[in-house]
Amino acid sequence: MTIEIDGINKSFGQFQALRDIDLAIPDGQLTALLGPSGSGKTTLLRSIAGLENPDRGRILFSGEDVTGLHVRERRVGFVFQHYALFRHMTVSENVAFGLKVMPRRERPSKREIRRRVRELLEMVQLDHLAGRYPAQLSGGQKQRIALARAMAKRPEILLLDEPFGALDAKVRKELRRWLRSLHDELHFTSVFVTHDQEEALELSDQVVVMRQGRVEQVDSPLALYSQPDSRFVFNFLGQVNALSGAISGGVLRQGEAWVRLPESCDDDDAELYLRPHEVRLTQEPSRDAHLPFRIEAINVIGAEVRVELRPDGWESEELWEVGITHSAFNARQPRRGDRCYAVPDVGHLFCDHLSEPKTLSWYESAG
Amino acid sequence: MSAKHHRVGDGPVIRRILIGLAVVLTALFLFMPLVVIFTQALAQGWAGYIGNILDEYTLHAIGLTLFVALLTVPLNTVFGVFLAWLVTRFSFPGRRLLATLIDIPFAVSPVVAGLLYLLLYGSNGWAGQWLGQYDVELMFAWPGIVMVTVFVTCPFVARELIPLMQQQGRDEEEAAVVLGASGWQLFRRVTLPNIRWALLYGVILTNARAVGEFGAVSVVSGSIRGETNTLPLHVELLYQDYNIVGAFTAASLLAGIALITLAVKTIVEWRQSRSEEF
Repeated sequence: MTIEIDGINKSFGQFQALRDIDLAIPDGQLTALLGPSGSGKTTLLRSIAGLENPDRGRILFSGEDVTGLHVRERRVGFVFQHYALFRHMTVSENVAFGLKVMPRRERPSKREIRRRVRELLEMVQLDHLAGRYPAQLSGGQKQRIALARAMAKRPEILLLDEPFGALDAKVRKELRRWLRSLHDELHFTSVFVTHDQEEALELSDQVVVMRQGRVEQVDSPLALYSQPDSRFVFNFLGQVNALSGAISGGVLRQGEAWVRLPESCDDDDAELYLRPHEVRLTQEPSRDAHLPFRIEAINVIGAEVRVELRPDGWESEELWEVGITHSAFNARQPRRGDRCYAVPDVGHLFCDHLSEPKTLSWYESAG
Repeated sequence: MSAKHHRVGDGPVIRRILIGLAVVLTALFLFMPLVVIFTQALAQGWAGYIGNILDEYTLHAIGLTLFVALLTVPLNTVFGVFLAWLVTRFSFPGRRLLATLIDIPFAVSPVVAGLLYLLLYGSNGWAGQWLGQYDVELMFAWPGIVMVTVFVTCPFVARELIPLMQQQGRDEEEAAVVLGASGWQLFRRVTLPNIRWALLYGVILTNARAVGEFGAVSVVSGSIRGETNTLPLHVELLYQDYNIVGAFTAASLLAGIALITLAVKTIVEWRQSRSEEF
């Protein structure tokens, strides 16, 4: 089932939560709504479910207008951020609830309900907890029961509000993989809200980045990461190293730092954004770049060694961060306070007079 | 050095003084009067006690009191749930004001409440005059007693439910609606089970107050023996008749109801704390 959102607006008093949202969510895919808190992502999700009524605009499921349809009639599965399990019901009563409240004519027989509940609990691998109460479950277990409950009526649309927000890192990762495989198996259309960029990039087919009630960019995770449309998206999707300065004669310069741009650019104020993996660390400046640093901190925990750098003779709002391999770290043994230089391989140039960023590559000129 | 460490404010002398004071005060002001009620009531032995209860007017007062409670409690239970639902589940202008207004019966002296009803619905009040044309008399009759009792006891249920329903939030109710529950199914299967112990607690308090209310009722009832005399009013009448034993017998019934209320309240509180552990 596709979901189309057509010019949705929603205000809460003075606060405008959603501004002219247009969005198409493709059938059978996992879509992430990603944004900082207050960006309107949860309001958008609740509007799709029918838990909020937009002030203006339409929502269509597979081309059919459901804007005026009550939550009850929309037949979506919804997983709440804090699970919202019925505290006075056992796990199996929770899962059976959606089936038990169906009108008598449509309701499956008691035996059929029991069979379906058992099937759902097996699906989430918690059939041994059928008689427990929610308060006796761990966070991850509650989350899976909430999911089984939402799936009980076989919805074609599954909506999840910060599904892994309250879980610890390890359980979160495990559940993420499990949800992905469940989704691949059952092919419903899912939309989930998250503020965790890593979660959005890892789990989804399509990411919708939101900011202040607007859609900032819609793209596949890979395209979003490698070709962000705006500084906001770039900043939001991971660590950024930035050099802001002025271009003159094809060179971006600020203080002692300068970078020769491989493509011709008009003279203007500009910012060069670089991901940690797009930068190399050297002892000497290169022909194209002179970016001096002092090493501020070295973090050896993890797959690679992360080196934090303080600009030397120029300024940046935040420290730079560059990843080097453990073997490179062992060979060179850099220490805190050492002077070093950064050399960019790939960069993203945001000129003040251009709306779109320019992706630059230094590979050819270096070779 | 002694290994004993005391928390701040937990000196042995202060502790003993405070505990002693609490015991003495409780005995003097709470326990002794209760003992006196029952010893006085039984001053003429069990036969006299039973005889006093079986007195025609006393029996009528018991009947009327139970009748008033029987009408008041369900009415205020429904009203309290409705009010708590309204205040915690909807946002509308004046919501806070309404939540404050609920407390008016607590803030106003019951006698004043009775007087207001008398002025409004009495034969000279404007509502009373209009009703009088249809031969409906509310004051100095049981409807008036029920009306003021409803007024005086109406905050109890709502006051118990509002904080609980605020704390529980609407997540579970939203989940139920998404799963297709109708309004009634939602209330019956999700809301009611979640609030049942607080509701029962509110009902017990409402009942205790409805049975024991004196001030407001005395203004509107007229204390007609055998007609509009409730048990608390009956205690006063008997006392004024110098029927001390009779007065204490009636009082012992009220005290008995109070003790039962306390017992039930304790059980409910215990169940409530247990259900929260889940």
